[in-house]
Amino acid sequence: MARVVVDVMLKPEILDPQGQAVANALPRLGVSAISSVRIGRRIEIEFDGEPDLDTAREIADKLLANPVIEDFSIRVDEQAGDSAQVSA
Amino acid sequence: MRIGVVTFPGSLDDGDAARAVRIAGGEAVRLWHGDADIHGVDAVVLPGGFSYGDALRCGAIARFAPVMETIIDAARGGLPVLGICNGFQILCEAHLLPGALTRNQHLHFRNRDQHLRIGATNTAWTNTFTEGEEILIPVKNGEGCFVADTHTLDELEAEGRVVARYTRGNPNGSQRDIAAITNAAGNVVGIMPHPEHAVEALTGPSLDGLGFFTSALRHLAGVAGGQLTGGATR
Repeated sequence: MARVVVDVMLKPEILDPQGQAVANALPRLGVSAISSVRIGRRIEIEFDGEPDLDTAREIADKLLANPVIEDFSIRVDEQAGDSAQVSA
Repeated sequence: MRIGVVTFPGSLDDGDAARAVRIAGGEAVRLWHGDADIHGVDAVVLPGGFSYGDALRCGAIARFAPVMETIIDAARGGLPVLGICNGFQILCEAHLLPGALTRNQHLHFRNRDQHLRIGATNTAWTNTFTEGEEILIPVKNGEGCFVADTHTLDELEAEGRVVARYTRGNPNGSQRDIAAITNAAGNVVGIMPHPEHAVEALTGPSLDGLGFFTSALRHLAGVAGGQLTGGATR
């Protein structure tokens, strides 16, 4: 299993109303001492062979993230096979 | 004058946009997202809706449709293009316009008649309006909050590229009340509210939307007659 994980987050200066709505709901759970919640997106890309980070970066830059409002990070998921078994 | 209206999977307002073109006196030509041929149209409207189900981000996938590759090239060459709502989102994703449209600040979908104040009137799509004119057309979006960095916002204002602003209330939290912008050449305009829904007394709150379509026809007539009314003159 050759899995690359792309994490996409709104840039820090971009308002995240969804994250704010979640943060505002936390007191109802009895949770306090949370100063901020921000919501992003995790994308898992499975390669047929070896993971190709350059290709993954191109996919992320051109399609998965909008560089005007979002940042992204990329990593190879070494535990892909194991974690799939654990979660099953 | 032949104005193309693109249909993507999930477009909703392509029918109304084509109708608005006809009422303005143009010939509407339906274009298909999967067909890279734009059949020699003189201008293009990207209509509202939820292309590709808004998967990933609004407009993100539509931007890679075969028809868009042709339209992006043609727009860079001066083809008048109007993006309404989802069309505006597609134009931003295609980098034909700066900034991005994000979730409405209050997270609610807004559907109401909206007052706008016209700014730039030297574009291919607004040359029949007067600067400062107030118009009333419907707005309906969940992700219409225009954002851009401060430098880009300053540049848009300094270069007179804010085409319309929300007045009497900002429906989505857009920065500096921006409802519509244009590119540096003035041929590409993106607008969040819907001029195509305000072209007939029976169904619209006014006839104010018609001006966008008659402007394009006037612009094209000027180009044909060698007298530019906007767009490439800028």
